[in-house]
Parts: sequence; structure tokens; C-alpha cells
Amino acid sequence: MLEEKASSTPKPREITTRPRVSDKIFRAVIFTGALSSLVILAAIAIFLGARGFEILAREGLSFITGYEWYSSINADGTSGDDPSVYGIGAMLIGTIVIAFIAIAIGVPISIAAALYLNFYAPNIIRGFLVGVIDLMAAFPSILFGLWGFNILMPSGEYWAKLLHKYLGWIPLFDVSTPFFSRSPFIAGLVLSIMIIPIVTSIAREVFSQTPLDRIQAAYALGATKWTMIRAVVLPFGYSGVVGGAMLGLGRAMGETVAVFTVLNIVFQANFQILLGAGGNVASMIILKFGEASAEEIKALMAAGLMLFLLTLIVNMLADLLVSRTVKQGR
Amino acid sequence: MSTNTIATPKPKKPWRPTPKALIPTYLGILATILGTWILIEFTGLAGKLGAFASAVFLTTLISSLIAGLQRGKQAAKNAAVAAIITSGALVAVFPVVSILGTVIARGVKGIYLGFFTTDMGLASVNDPLNVGGILHAIVGTALMIVIATLVSVPLGISTAIYLTEIKGPGTRLIRFLIQAMSGVPSIVAGLFIYSALISGSGRGFNGLFGAFALAILMLPTVARTAEEVLLLIAQDLREAGLALGATQWRTVAMVVVPAAKSGLITAVILGVARIAGETAPLLFTTGGGDVTNLNPVDGVMGSIPFAIWKALISGSEESNARAWASILVLLVLVMVLFFSARRLGKVRR
Repeated sequence: MLEEKASSTPKPREITTRPRVSDKIFRAVIFTGALSSLVILAAIAIFLGARGFEILAREGLSFITGYEWYSSINADGTSGDDPSVYGIGAMLIGTIVIAFIAIAIGVPISIAAALYLNFYAPNIIRGFLVGVIDLMAAFPSILFGLWGFNILMPSGEYWAKLLHKYLGWIPLFDVSTPFFSRSPFIAGLVLSIMIIPIVTSIAREVFSQTPLDRIQAAYALGATKWTMIRAVVLPFGYSGVVGGAMLGLGRAMGETVAVFTVLNIVFQANFQILLGAGGNVASMIILKFGEASAEEIKALMAAGLMLFLLTLIVNMLADLLVSRTVKQGR
Repeated sequence: MSTNTIATPKPKKPWRPTPKALIPTYLGILATILGTWILIEFTGLAGKLGAFASAVFLTTLISSLIAGLQRGKQAAKNAAVAAIITSGALVAVFPVVSILGTVIARGVKGIYLGFFTTDMGLASVNDPLNVGGILHAIVGTALMIVIATLVSVPLGISTAIYLTEIKGPGTRLIRFLIQAMSGVPSIVAGLFIYSALISGSGRGFNGLFGAFALAILMLPTVARTAEEVLLLIAQDLREAGLALGATQWRTVAMVVVPAAKSGLITAVILGVARIAGETAPLLFTTGGGDVTNLNPVDGVMGSIPFAIWKALISGSEESNARAWASILVLLVLVMVLFFSARRLGKVRR
């Protein structure tokens, strides 16, 4: 009887973590799809690099440092007398100058908005404002361009004149000729508005990760709201906000259409931000693309590659900073 | 008899300031309004902006003065900072109000019925407003959005599934790359498609290439939102599926994805909203035709952003009005997408 029962015991089942065939196929398919981001980013670098290689090799370092952009080959294929020169130095400087103006104006406003949303706003207003700011992030850039050109530029010019009148003794706000329209300052102003949603939402997320016990400890020690923010929230969120600002910087550097509509592109290094002459790599590419010869197109590809690498580096650094802070709070 | 006369005590709110305590606040508001009026009337400040600036300045000053007199220096600082932060939030929202107001006010002038049923094939940009429309642009934008969605949604969602379900080798790298990809400037996507598919190949501009460029921009938005949504699905559901003996792919296909359905649709809608108004990549890939073109693989194709761009560049009064009307259409499209995504997202939570 006992022996009979023992013989009817089923054989021990083999327990394994080896996936079934269907799972293997599933994982392979999903993995292939997941590789798309890697493939696309690599392809962008390879194709732009390959097309622009000829110009990059010929110009060498002066492609980045040179201020001159002159194509001797006309669109109809005839060649001029002088050799072509391609340098995006002025445009790179302009891109960075405009992006920093955008950061200087946009980031303080975003931090104030994020602090208000997290610590000051009543619940009803908070939900409404978050919706409005998210909606702003969904606005297409051409909308900001059109609005910036028609609405913001006239008042921007007025503010530029005021700045020049009262702060003109600072070299940054001086102008060599009184021409205030379509200046880097106005382009930066438009960009500052465009980066407010992204910087605000990141700052808000970072601030909301502040450990509650530290906030309450500050209040228990008799802190006012502001001293609590200064002693707890700002130190905690510092690197995350810096990362958010850098994300905004990356956006501002790559923005094309909105800048093109409000900026007068001139190939010179201009640090007088109120003067109506500036540069921006992305807008320059659009400006030159229309009538470009085959050779100039290659130069534009090389310029696109520079822009791609610049924004990629800025974005990666920003991402590292943000994810570190957010993780730290969890 | 006396059973009904038990007095229910009225709820009291002892933390509420008494009317007497509110007097300084009311006086402060009055002083701010008066002060703003005086500043505008008697100094160089002018316009709405001047009024706003002086109101902010005076609110900060007076509120901190009141708090300081009542409760000391720290309270004064606190009140000043609160006023500044609140005005900062107001400044952040102000552009949205201005943009919506301007676009609606200027856009409706150019809208008439034929605007949606005719294209610009027989009209020039300088023609009066009742000639021509943006049918070609609406058709082109719709076609390109459909193609871009077909390309990017499978890739984006499989990326998200890889990051949340499989978590195989390279998970961190792929998450990092998706993040980096969302910052790729839109113009670079256009240049890339131009350099890879158009330049030197003898092929011309067409809608398909435009859709490819848009797909590159849409992919990270879809992948990131879908990842967040899948992370919200309770781990219990996955374990229940596996405990019932399902393989991983059955668990994902029959349990996880259906549970996250509305969230995944939100991800797709947000992706579409991201690309609906993209202009720069289309300038390098589509050619921006004026005639309604239903064939995405042959011939130039118009789109709403490109139509706005053309009208903006030509600069005449009629074309400007047309640009505003087109941007109103684009704005309505983006807002419909945005609010439907939010609605779906709310249902989920």
C-alpha cells in the first residue's frame, strides 16, 4: 500500500528560468524596437558627419572659430573668384549668448513659479496654473515666433531702450548704433518664455521631492515660510534646478523658427545684446538653405552636426543632474 | 418638550482673523492701488507693464511693512518674498493669456467657410482673404501625422515595454538615450532626413520624408510617457499573470497593456501634439506645396506650419492675416489634443 503510493508520486518537475520560445521571440522583437533610439542617434551623427566631412576636413578648427561664411559657388553652379570660406564661430557665439539671455530671464521666473505652485498656491489655483503651464509647453514654436514678432518685439524694443538709457554704461547694454529691433535681447526674451514651462515643471518636481520631515523640522524650529525654503528646499533642489536650467539651455540652443522670425542674422561676433545684429546656428541653417549650392549644403550639414553635438552634451549633463536629485529624494 | 431645543453649537473657526485684524490688510490694498495710480500719473512709468511693475513693487513694500510692524523683521522678509514669488508665477502665466488673446482676436478675421475647403493652388499669397484656403495644409498635416504615428508608436511603446517589463541589458543606456533624444533640436531631425534620404539621391521632397522627420521627434515623447504609465501598473497584476502560468509575453499582452490602455493612448496623443506644429523639419523635407496632394510618396506636400511659414515670409497684409487664421486652426488642434490627453490621464488616476 505504502509502496504503491510512492510509485504514483509524480516525477519532480524541472524548474527553470529558461524562457519559452514565444518569450524569446517577444523579447527579441521588443529589444529591436528599443534599440531604435540608439540607431537613430547614431545615424544622425553618421549621416551629418559623412555629408559634412569634406568641409570639416578642409576648414579644420576654423570651421568653429572662423567668423566668415562665404560661398563662391552660386546656386546655378558658376564659381566666383574668391575661395569659399565657412566658419560658424559668430553663429556659435550668438547661439550661446541668446541661450544665456533666455536662461537669465526665464529661470528666475520659473523658480518663482515652481515655489509658488509647491508652497504658496491654494489647491484650486494650483491645478489651474499647472494646466496652463503644461498647455504652454504644447504650443508650437512657430506660434511663439509669430507672437514674438508681432506682440513682444515692440515692447521688447521699448525695454531695450530703457535698459540702454539707464544701464548703457555697462558694456553689455551699450550699442554702437541706435538700432534696437531684432536684437539678441529680443530673441532671448522670446526663448525665455518658451523655456518657462519645461524649467518650471522640472523645478516643481524637484522641489516636491523635498523630504517632508526636514520641512517640518524647519517649521518646528520656528522658521517662517521663506526661511524654511531658504534653509531646506533650495539647498535640496539646487542641483536639480541647475539641471532643469540646462535642459532649458539645450532647448534654447536648438530652437529655430521662433528665433529666425525675431533675429537679424549678421556674421559677426556681437556682445552688445541690445544691438539688432546677432547669430544663431539653427536659424542660419534655415536662412542659407534656400539658395545653397551643393558645397554650401555640405557646410550646413557640418553646422547641423555641431548643433546636434552641442545640444546632446548639454542635455546629457542636464539629465544626469536632474535624475540624481530626484532619486536622492525618494 | 425640551427635546427639540438642544442647541447645535455653531462651528467656530478660531483661526479666522477677526474683522479688526483685517483692517491693516484692507488699508494696505487701498494704499497699493492708490500708490500705483500715483506712480503712473506722476512718474515716467507708462502702460500696462508700468502699472504691473509698480503694483508688484508697492505690494512687496507695503505687505512687508505691515507684517514687519505687526510681527517683526523675519515676518517682513517672509511677506516680501511671498509677494515676489507670487508675481513671478503671474509673469510665467501672462504670455499664455496674451498668446491666446492675440491669436483668437487676429485669427477669426481670416476664417471663412472656404478657408477649409479650398487650397492655395489658384490663389497667390497677396490675394484677398476670401480667395484660397488651407485645405492642402490640413490634408498634408493629417497624412503626415498618421504616418509618423504608425512609425513611432510601435517603436516608442516597445522601448517603454523593454524599459519596464524586460529590463534586459542596456536598460539604463536606453533610458538615457531616450532622454537625450527628446532634446534633439527639431531642425537636426529635418537635416538628418535630408542628408540621408534626399540629398544627392535624385529624390525630391515629399510627405513621407516629412513624416519620418516628425517620427524622430515623436518617438521620445511616446516612449517616455508610455514608460511612466507602465510603471504605474501594480506589480501584483504582473505576478498574478505569471502565477497563472502565463508566459511573459502573454502577461504583457493580456494583462499589462490592457490595464495601461488609456495611459498609452494619452502617450500617443501627447506625441501627436508635440509634432503637429513642428515647422523646421518640414522645411527641409516636404517642399511645402500649395495644391492638395493625397500621395505622400510623390510630390511636394503642404502642411499647416509650412503654410504659416510661407505667409509669414511673404509679409503682405493679406498673407499676415492668413498666417494668423492658420495658426488659430493649429492652436485649436493642439488644444483639442492637449485637453483630450489630460482627460484620459485623469480617468486613469
